[in-house]
Amino acid sequence: MIVVNTENVPGQTVREVKGLVQGNTIRAKHLGRDIAAGFKNLVGGELRGYTELLTEARREAIERMIGQAQQLGANAIVNVRFTTSAVTQGAAELYAYGTAVLI
Amino acid sequence: MSVLLFQILPVVILLILGFSVGSLRERGHFRSLARREQELSDIGVVNLRTVAQPESVRAATLVTGDAVIATDYFKGFMAGLRNIVGGEVRSYQTLMTRARREATVRMLTKARDLGATEVWNVRYETSNILSGAHKKRVAVSVEVFAFGTAVIRG
Repeated sequence: MIVVNTENVPGQTVREVKGLVQGNTIRAKHLGRDIAAGFKNLVGGELRGYTELLTEARREAIERMIGQAQQLGANAIVNVRFTTSAVTQGAAELYAYGTAVLI
Repeated sequence: MSVLLFQILPVVILLILGFSVGSLRERGHFRSLARREQELSDIGVVNLRTVAQPESVRAATLVTGDAVIATDYFKGFMAGLRNIVGGEVRSYQTLMTRARREATVRMLTKARDLGATEVWNVRYETSNILSGAHKKRVAVSVEVFAFGTAVIRG
């Protein structure tokens, strides 16, 4: 599966547009990470636990999007976009969407 | 008098700790960023939506990078003071810059690992999804997410 955020796959022509595919995941962080983050907030710097959490969650959202594209019989996803929203305190939704195509 | 001292002293200690350790770490981060950016400077970064000269493209794939950076207690305190009089909040500028540059460097590192020479359609997303958790604290953190299409020519 080719995944790009450009409008088409460079060097390839789109033969068929299969439609919008999407994947999302909502993640909550745990207390241990919060305590470490609280300490970091005194001296500044990267909150590594949160970075890992978000990276992993976004990968999950992409995987789900790819899964949908496979079901549609597509071999590429173009124009991929991401959004992030805070659902409740301490939980975030990571959402990935794009257009499944056949090249 | 002693009550006042006990209330003010911890804040003063935190401010000194935040200022000294915070600026030291920040300088270190900027040095590290400058070094890594130098190493990655041969990768072309473009935010155009369509790849130029598509005929020579061998492979294209999505690359991402993100970073969650927190500010220190001192800067948070200064920004709090700034909220009273308004104006430009300089102490948060470096926070945003650090997060954005770090996310970019991580994205470019992934492109480099794939053997790409260019990254097209670069986009940035900023979120403060952690703000709810830190409402009671002085310091804040920010997440920057960078993504784009890495292109391998051949």
